[in-house]
Amino acid sequence: MNQQPSLEYPPPKIGQRQLRLLARLCQACAVSGDEGEVRAIVLEQIRPLADKVWVDAIGNVLAIREGRGQPRLRVMLAAHMDEVGFMLTSDEGKGFYRFEVVGGVDVSHLPGKAVYIGRDHIPGVIGTKPVHLVKGDELRQRIPLESLRIDVGPSNDKRVKIGDRATFATPFTRLGPSLRAKALDDRLGVAALIELFRHAPANIDLLAAFTVQEEVGLRGAKVAAYALEPHLAIVLDSTPANDLPSWDAPRCFSPSDFRENARYNTRLGAGPAIYVADYATLSDPRLVRLFIETAESHRLPYQIRQPGGGGTDAGAIHKQREGIPSVSVSTPTRYLHTAASLARLEDWSNLIALVHAVLCALSPQVLSVER
Amino acid sequence: MHLLTHLKTLITTAGLSGDENPIAEELLKSWSPWVDEVHRSRIGSLHALKRGSLPEPRPKVMVAAHMDSIGLMVTEVVDGFLRVTAIGGLDARLLPGQLVTVHARRELAGVVVQPPDHLLPDELAGKVVPLDHLFVDVGLLPSQVERLVRVGDRISFAQPPMELGKDFLAGHSLDNRASAAALTLCLEELQGRELKWDFWAVATAQEEETLGGAATSAYQLRPDLAVAVDVIFGDGPGTPDYLAHPLGSGVALGWGANVHPALFSAFRELAERLEIPWKMEPLPRHSGTDAFAMQVAAEGIPTMVVYIPLRYMHSAVELVCLKDIARAARLLAEFVTQLDEHFLSRITWDE
Amino acid sequence: MKALINKLVETAGPSGYEAQIRQTIRALIEPWADELSVDNLGNLIARFGNPSPQGRNIMLAAHMDEIGIVATHIDARGFIRFIPVGGLRPQSLPGGRVRFLSGVVGVIGIEQKPPEGGAPKFADLFIDVGASRKEDCPIKVGDFAVMERDFIDLGERLVAKAMDDRIGVAILIETLRRLKEGRMAIPHQVYFVFSAQEEVGLRGATTAAFGINPELGLAIDVTSCGDTPKGPRMAVELGKGPAIKVRDQGMIADARLVSWMVATAERIGVDYQMEVLEHGGTDAHAIQLTRAGVPAGCLSIPCRYIHTPSEMVDLRDVRQAVELLLALLSTTVEL
Repeated sequence: MNQQPSLEYPPPKIGQRQLRLLARLCQACAVSGDEGEVRAIVLEQIRPLADKVWVDAIGNVLAIREGRGQPRLRVMLAAHMDEVGFMLTSDEGKGFYRFEVVGGVDVSHLPGKAVYIGRDHIPGVIGTKPVHLVKGDELRQRIPLESLRIDVGPSNDKRVKIGDRATFATPFTRLGPSLRAKALDDRLGVAALIELFRHAPANIDLLAAFTVQEEVGLRGAKVAAYALEPHLAIVLDSTPANDLPSWDAPRCFSPSDFRENARYNTRLGAGPAIYVADYATLSDPRLVRLFIETAESHRLPYQIRQPGGGGTDAGAIHKQREGIPSVSVSTPTRYLHTAASLARLEDWSNLIALVHAVLCALSPQVLSVER
Repeated sequence: MHLLTHLKTLITTAGLSGDENPIAEELLKSWSPWVDEVHRSRIGSLHALKRGSLPEPRPKVMVAAHMDSIGLMVTEVVDGFLRVTAIGGLDARLLPGQLVTVHARRELAGVVVQPPDHLLPDELAGKVVPLDHLFVDVGLLPSQVERLVRVGDRISFAQPPMELGKDFLAGHSLDNRASAAALTLCLEELQGRELKWDFWAVATAQEEETLGGAATSAYQLRPDLAVAVDVIFGDGPGTPDYLAHPLGSGVALGWGANVHPALFSAFRELAERLEIPWKMEPLPRHSGTDAFAMQVAAEGIPTMVVYIPLRYMHSAVELVCLKDIARAARLLAEFVTQLDEHFLSRITWDE
Repeated sequence: MKALINKLVETAGPSGYEAQIRQTIRALIEPWADELSVDNLGNLIARFGNPSPQGRNIMLAAHMDEIGIVATHIDARGFIRFIPVGGLRPQSLPGGRVRFLSGVVGVIGIEQKPPEGGAPKFADLFIDVGASRKEDCPIKVGDFAVMERDFIDLGERLVAKAMDDRIGVAILIETLRRLKEGRMAIPHQVYFVFSAQEEVGLRGATTAAFGINPELGLAIDVTSCGDTPKGPRMAVELGKGPAIKVRDQGMIADARLVSWMVATAERIGVDYQMEVLEHGGTDAHAIQLTRAGVPAGCLSIPCRYIHTPSEMVDLRDVRQAVELLLALLSTTVEL
């Protein structure tokens, strides 16, 4: 029997309603700087729950849900609304547009993909030369961005324009225990934050930041943290799961074999990933400890994200003002920043349960010891 | 004010990143007659205020043009030759033969020189000679150089300004003194006009290195809106058409994550009303301007970028069209004039 | 000062996990500071002196963190894979030793590669703590370690790991001691900041400077030397006096502070050198960009073999840096 400690504040349950919201969020297009479509969904969900909600100068949605009793920690929870994508930069006539990538997109993932452009989701394709016309060595060379165009077709030529943003046109799909969609980075975080806001425990003031421009330099989180002045911050994001076999891996791994994949970052199905160190942040050790202890006491699965590169909004948040103790926790996700990313539903629901349990456990004592 | 004369003065005044005093003093002299208050920031930006008429607390707009320029710095003195490093982004291939001024204990004329192949490492044969293998020769005896030059001394380009016919000026540091001149012209146009908002004209320091002037000035002044004025690639050899803004074609208005969409619309509508030719500059990444720092100062500031086309950016022979500068000045002057008690309510993220 | 330096360099303090070194420094300076505090990022801040009309609010920063490593994977046979914390170079590591914060010591091994394999990468390296199975390994993913190397006294020259920037820490501690024990009257209110997380991007100084809101900031940190065989191209030499920074990769020092430092050094007759560093930056960069901007500069200590386990400084440079700093704090400055 799984014996749960008794909870004063019930955790969110993940069901069809939550999945429908996640699907809606994933199918919205919100390239960095143009987050309006996701912002509208967030506002619609958050407004009825918040004591205060506003959109700041650069487009972050900031919302406060006050707790009861004293003393209370002001806890910032952040998830970024923006996603990587494209911007049309030059109109070449007949429906062809030159474009640039926004955020960290690997150009080798672009040829032969379908995209949506602008608020009206005008469809387009990134076409390439037919394989029949490709000569010799060309097949072994990467196709450079300069040679790619987005083609909206001659009749839709005037329905898009320079400056419009585009994203991959990938439908949200359940694959057994998994989810496949574009922009799981970080709609998983946004949807989780909405649920956590709905079920905010009353021992804290919950300061939600749905941030903009994370993918182009953690820019929304910087001003959000400055404005909210929290006592501590928890960032909800997605992190790569590179848990694929290495090319020379044996079919059956034995302990004497050194071909084990030692750089997986995280693994699908192993639970939410707690950050110790990435390129942008050294997580506050007190918060890392709290997450691990809470996961263990609630018998929730967790994994430590392999220290390494990458960064989350915590990178900007922890350096604001006189310093804000911060930690990130992510849903492991395969194939981030491509047309189709893949995550495990159970990792996501465990992330929500873990963060909720941590919020319930937060008290000023957590920060009363030195880092 | 005569634009050509003013601009020539600005580009022949020193002011490398981190040591903007000479250019700041020149601008202070030009701006003082037209503003109500002027001071330097703690790290050297120039802040000039033309006060508005709305009751306090009045909304404020900040328009920033960076005044610092690129150049070189002495890293070592070897037998009377100076080894150098870059201040700002430089293409070392343009340097050999370039005339320079070394700001030493007194100003020294010099030239950037490239050693002959046999005095360079073998692996550089036929290759570009990198900056750290070039020297500056000031023609003095080694003992004189030792006495006059110190590690850390700054070096400016010394290419004199050249008029290329009517309306076109070539020279170094037009990035971004062209925009500073536009601000001067804007202040002059505003003379006698009443503004509702406070207008801070700011010449920022250290844009070419850290954007530090803009970040700190925006933090200090806390404007409700911020506009950066800077230069953008003109047409010319090596610049593809889709990136180029032809000289004389008007201003470019930035669009992207670094720009507030409602502010972009306001500028676009204004440019159309004034019949000032403009072109959109899509910004998939960052704007490469002070707006990048201003947007995320403190709790965040709605930002806009206005660009003036310029050929041969970061060379000693940058080229601008004076008409474009005058257009940018007029657009800015009209923009700050039309700001009223209702304007801020338009700058929202309503979807 | 040798004993002080020895104690400081042999205490562990990788970026983000500065608790041990912070404790060591705190115990040393407690008797001399007017006020001590630790902020959210773990910076240790000691105030000395009070504001006066002629004086300034000054922030001095020497970072107490050092470069290190963090474990990323424990394989089935108990070998530990790791990544660097801060600007460590893989070629200086094979055969070296590390000490984890728990005290566990390990040696660094390297995978054998074909001769044309090129320079080692971190992915080629591993740590062996003597475990033979994953289950016996006392280290977990996310555990931090620092280089393990003894302090060497070569007379005037001293060698150790973490001279970057415990030598700056030692200079601040010695300066504070001299101010207090010499009952020196200074016009300024001075914040001695032993900053955290410098090696990963000047993070501690960023938040400390925001909190202190100084009128002037100086970093005390090491800089490279150009005086070793085929060394970096640089005018700075070991033993020729502390260096006054004009610029580095991240910052152009405030020209007024550079003049103040040069004039003071000449007035009191200490050796000094001018410094232009093309790679690397210091806490001064973060201080300069704080709030509405802070005039900032850096007093550098020439150091050979930076970011290896054997960093070398010259004690004469260190002593002169203390004299210069004391003289600077005793004079007023025009801004």
